[in-house]
Order: sequence, then structure tokens, then C-alpha cells
Amino acid sequence: MMDDMTAIFREEVRDLLESLERGLLDLKSRPEDMGLVNQVFRDLHTVKGSGAMFGFSELAAFIHEFETVFDQVRSGNLAIGPELLRLALAAKDEIPGLVEGEADPEGRRVAILSGLQGLLGGGPVAAEAEVAAAPAEAGAGEADAGEAVAAGEGVMRLSFRLSGAALAMGARPEIVLDELRGLGAVAVEADLADVPPLDRLDVEACAIGWKMVLPASVTAAQVEEVFLFVDAEWSLEGAATEAAPAVAEAAPVAAAKAAPVAAGAVVKPEVKVEAKVETKSDAKSDAGATIRVPAERLDALMDAVGELVTAEARLTQLARDLRDPALIATAEQITRLAGGLRDATMTMRMVPMRSLVGRFRRLVLDLSDKLGKPVEFRVTGEDTELDKTVIEKLADPLVHVLRNALDHGMELPDARVAAGKPREGLVELVAEHAGAEVLIKVRDDGKGMDPAKLREKAIAKGIITPEAQMTEAQIFALIFEPGFSTAEAVTDLSGRGVGMDVVRRTIDALRGTIQIDSALGRGTTVTLRLPLTLAIIEGLQIEVAGEQYILPMPNVQEIVELPPEKVEPSRTEDFLDVRGGFVPFLRLRQLFDCAGEPGPGQNVVIVRAGDARVGIVVDRIIGTNQTVIKQMSKLHSGVRALSGATLLGNGSIALILDVGHLVGMSRQQGEAPQAARQEVLA
Amino acid sequence: MTLQEAGYDVVEAVDGQDGLNKALAQPMDAIITDQNMPNLDGLGFIRALRQHPQGKGVPIVVLSTDSAEDLKAQARDAGALGWMVKPFTQDKLLAVIKKVLG
Repeated sequence: MMDDMTAIFREEVRDLLESLERGLLDLKSRPEDMGLVNQVFRDLHTVKGSGAMFGFSELAAFIHEFETVFDQVRSGNLAIGPELLRLALAAKDEIPGLVEGEADPEGRRVAILSGLQGLLGGGPVAAEAEVAAAPAEAGAGEADAGEAVAAGEGVMRLSFRLSGAALAMGARPEIVLDELRGLGAVAVEADLADVPPLDRLDVEACAIGWKMVLPASVTAAQVEEVFLFVDAEWSLEGAATEAAPAVAEAAPVAAAKAAPVAAGAVVKPEVKVEAKVETKSDAKSDAGATIRVPAERLDALMDAVGELVTAEARLTQLARDLRDPALIATAEQITRLAGGLRDATMTMRMVPMRSLVGRFRRLVLDLSDKLGKPVEFRVTGEDTELDKTVIEKLADPLVHVLRNALDHGMELPDARVAAGKPREGLVELVAEHAGAEVLIKVRDDGKGMDPAKLREKAIAKGIITPEAQMTEAQIFALIFEPGFSTAEAVTDLSGRGVGMDVVRRTIDALRGTIQIDSALGRGTTVTLRLPLTLAIIEGLQIEVAGEQYILPMPNVQEIVELPPEKVEPSRTEDFLDVRGGFVPFLRLRQLFDCAGEPGPGQNVVIVRAGDARVGIVVDRIIGTNQTVIKQMSKLHSGVRALSGATLLGNGSIALILDVGHLVGMSRQQGEAPQAARQEVLA
Repeated sequence: MTLQEAGYDVVEAVDGQDGLNKALAQPMDAIITDQNMPNLDGLGFIRALRQHPQGKGVPIVVLSTDSAEDLKAQARDAGALGWMVKPFTQDKLLAVIKKVLG
């Protein structure tokens, strides 16, 4: 029992440390942000509290000192500086060791603590006395209430909602948000509770409300000024003064725009402002509605669902063959149920990118220090969800791409200034949904890549011949070739040329694609396209020479008939005119060297991978089905045109075609169809 | 005039009806209208304009010597975003336009 609890504690600590690290890293760019300071303090306090509860007294003592420093920051006696953050991150790194009960023979912990105490300019005892004297702690009695009061110190909370007709009247919420940001808004949250379902959505009404955290210095008059021309309901929740410390819940002062009043507005800045904090938005508070499940159980569930979907396909097939109406009806019901179960299971396996990003922030910070290249790291789309397996496998490739961006892409500050760019570089990580795929972009505003230089290098290394005709995109893709490296000197971070080919292999294994765009002098963007899930996909079943194949539905754009004049293979005219656009096509029969003649009425399935489209000529379209992907055996892992296999309802096997690879092949085919064919069979 | 110097493209109208025709003829980023105008007054102009699909979502600010609250409320109901009482300075007008256009 106790062991179980300790395990939960360990897991909780892991999460809290992630949050703590994120908070500390954010403080680097926004040292004034009291919300962040409070978050850091809360995280520390929680770890300390639970640690003490589970008997980790050494841990609790260590964190207590750490926490004391942040208490001083919180009360404004100590400013956030680089040294403080460096020590805090180092201290954070010691916590896992303390949890595991590791000894500290080198005395690192003592050194960190004395460093932190040095910042305080006094011993730990003095600091503690101050804490005890703080009226909030003394008056609040219950620890929880004390926390709530403390965490809300120094902020005003604004909530507002545009009137229904405001948009039609020309009010623009983005202007309002911009102006509020100008007032120093530190956090903003959209309230979507009143957004109706799509079919009832009134496009002219604004159904979104906003909640915002503003600095304590913001007055009602300033807010009124922002809403001068906007028809909106708003309220500014301030605080009570020190006169009533017992009332933790300062009554929210609702204010119609006619008479906006807020207690916060009359409080002088130096008076301690206390406010009730809504912790609703905190991820922590909905812990009750969340159940932690070990990942293996989810994997087992997914496997079982996969088997179920396969069995369900067999049942449907059987019911059709037997033509028994009752059996068909039951089979259809099971199909629906299995579909629902599949979707629910897949949703459970979705994990937001956020879990990865924390690691990246730290990586970028450490690297930019080490390389002497100040860099801002901007992340958008942290909430984008991906299958757990994809996320896990994505970490290493992304680390590598980020390292490259900083190490090779980013110039030194002086070079940047000389090139007319800001001293501080910008590295962006953007994650977003695009259909059934997720796009992850790593963008830097560094020096970019020189196609001519890459080409020379590739020729020198014997990767390509001097005669090779290549597009810019193809030249950039050369950096994924094994043994290719553009760095003049090998650093210990990257540049050994072992990384990028591994990156591509990993992404290939995830059935994703990777693409590089670069503008010399302006920066490089690496785009990863990944499927949402790996286990089960929607597939289009096709037939070629009596064999069954599957094309992943997310890649399928449309199906057209093969025009009679294109039936005869031709080396020069394998293009289709699809509504004005020319699409090259591949004949699977030719590719797989199939004997015999196709029947009449061949179809062309137009598939897309990345930005390229290609048609695939097939004998027959069978239909769509749920495809449970099974890995190919080791013996077949070299066959790159296939990404796996699946069991069909009748028990036979269909091979899953790798669309990305087929598209790539059609590009080469123009020059050397023979070589392309050999590659399939290699 | 002042607005042109500040870099805005200005389309002028002689009265409410002329304003309505011009506002419907080409899309505007913002409209400033007087309340007291011949042929069609400010309120009438706003109501008429808001009837049209291309008249929705354009910020309209009314200028008037009148500062009666009920008139302001009427203008708001008709679809005006804001109300400015004459006289005003050029700077003030520019500030209002800036605020409305973001």
C-alpha cells in the first residue's frame, strides 16, 4: 500500500518538476511575471508538502530552502536574475536524486543551497523568520487558504464578453486583446462555454468570453478606456486591502461598463493586495476527474482493439457470404461498436506535445548558453495531440533538428548584427493539425543553407554525380544522406553527420515525411508531417493482378478513371490532366512486374504526400476498411514501397503501400524507370 | 485634410444618402458620420447601411454636437460603434480612428 503511494508520489513529482522547469524557463524571458513566480512557488510547495508526508525529510528540507528564496521573490525583496535562475534549475535537477535517496558525495546540493542563501544576503533562519511574520500565513490558519491568498497576490482578474451584436457593429476583439496586452496582461484564457454547436452557430455573434490576469497596478479607468468603443460586459476582480485579511474571498466587483468599480483600483501599489484565486484553470485541480493508467495497459488495450477490428471484418465477410439477415444485422452492430471502441481507445492514447516541449526549452536554453548564441525559443500549438508512440519516438529527431538549428543554422550575435538581424535569434517550434496528419515545424531565422555549397559537398563525397539534375528541395534533402555533414568543424553537439539520416529513418518508421525549406541568409524550416496514429488507419483497398493492397485514406485525394488513350504504357506521357493540373502516375502492374493483362476500366487513385501528388494505376477499387497495421518481418523491412501488412476479413493478407515512397519514386521515374523498379525490389 | 495627411484614404460624402451610396459602392475600413445631415440623418444612415451584408462589421463612429444619452443609446442600437461629441481636436479624431482600426 505504502509502496503504491510512494509510486504515485514519484509520478507526481515528475509532473511537478516538468511544470517547475517550464516555469523557471519562462521566467527567463518574463522575469516580471508574478503569475510565473507564484506557479514556481506552488510547485515547490506541493513537492515539499507531499515529500514530507511520505517521509522524504531530506527532500523536504532541501526544497524548503529553495522555496524560501522564491518566497522572497514573491514578496518583492529579491529580483529574478540569471544567477538565481541558474541555481534554481540546478536545484531542480537535484530533486530526482533526493527522491531516489541518492547520496551527494560531491556536495553539489550544499553548494547550490549556499549559493541560493547568498542571494538572500542572509542565513536561512532570518529568511524563515520573515516568512513566519507574514500576515497572510499567520492569519489564514489553514494551509490551503494561505496558499490561495498567497498565489493570488498582486494580480487583477478581468473577465469580459462582447455583446452579441458587437462584431456586426465593427468591434474587433483582437484589438481589445492587443490593448489589454499593452496593459501588461500576463495570462489570457478563452471561455468557450457559450459557443453553440456548429449548426446553430451565428456567424455574426461573438460567443467567446475571455478571462485575463492583469498586473495589480491596472485600474478600472484604464480598462474602461480599452472598452470605450466596444459593446462589452466586463468585470475586474480586484482585492480586499490589508484591513480585512481574513476575507480571502474578496467579493468580485462586477461592473457594467456604465459604472465600473474595482477595489483594486483604489489600493496603493505598496499595500499588499490579496485576492481570491480561481484555481479552476489549473491542470492540477481537475486531477479528480483524471485517472492515471500505466502506458502498457493502454498498449494492451490497443492490441486487443486491433484484434477485435480484424475479427469484426471477418464476421462481416462471413455474414455477407451466408446471406443471413439476422447475422448481417448483428455484424453491422458489432462493426459500429468496434468503431466506437477503436475511436475511444485511440483518443485515450493521444498525448499533447506539451510533454515534449519542456525538455526542448531546457535544451535550447543550455545550448544557447553553451554556444554563446542568445536565442528566443517560441512554441505554438503545445496542445496539439499525437499518439503516445509517435510522441515518444519524436523526441530524439526533434532534439536533433533543434540542435542543428542552433549549432549550424544560428549565427553568432555579431554576425547577426552585421547581417542586419536582431542580436537575439529566433527558433520556433510549431505544431498544428492538417487533416489526419500533424505538422511539426522547426523554424530558425539563422543563416539558411546554400544549395550550391551543399551540392559541391555531395559531389565531393560521391553522394551524387556532377551531372545530376536536382531541384533545390532535392538538394536540401541531401543532408539526410548517411555521412553527409556541412559543418566545417565537428562540434560535440552535432556535425558528425550521423544525426540527420537517423532523423529521416525515424520519421519514415513513423510513416511520416520530412521536408526542408531554406532561404540563404534568412533561415531554415524543417517540416515533419506525421500521422495521428500508428496502430489503425482508414484504408482504401485496391486490387492489382489479383493481389490486394491498401492505400492509407488520409493520403487519398480522389479516384479517376484511366482514360482509354493512356492504357498503353508510355515513357513520356504518363501524366493525367486532373482538372487543369498535370499529375504524373505510376502503374503498379509495371512496378511490381505483374504478368497478364489488366481488365478494362482501370482506375487511378490520386494520392498526396507532402506537397506532391501522384496517380497510382490499379486494376480495381474494392472499398474502404479499417486497417490494423502489422509490421513486416525483418526480412522484408528493406522493401521501402510497403509500410506494413494487414489481415483482411477473409483471412488473406493485404500489403500496405507507402505513399510517401511511391511519390518519391514517381519523381525519379521520369529519368530512370528501371532504377526505380529495382529500388522497389531491393 | 488631416486624415489624408495621416495616411488614410478618405471618401467624402455630402449627405446621408450620398454616404450610403458610397459606402455600398466600395468596402470601407471605418466610417465617420455626422448625426445632423440633410436627406438621411446619421441614425437613418447607420440603420440603412446595417441592412446590407456589406454594411456589417464596419466600425461606424458618430460625430454630433448632441450628447444626449438616449440619442447615443439609439445610435448604439442602430449599430454604431462609438459616439464623439463636437467640438474635438484633430488629435482626438486620429486617436479614435486608430483605436477603431487597431
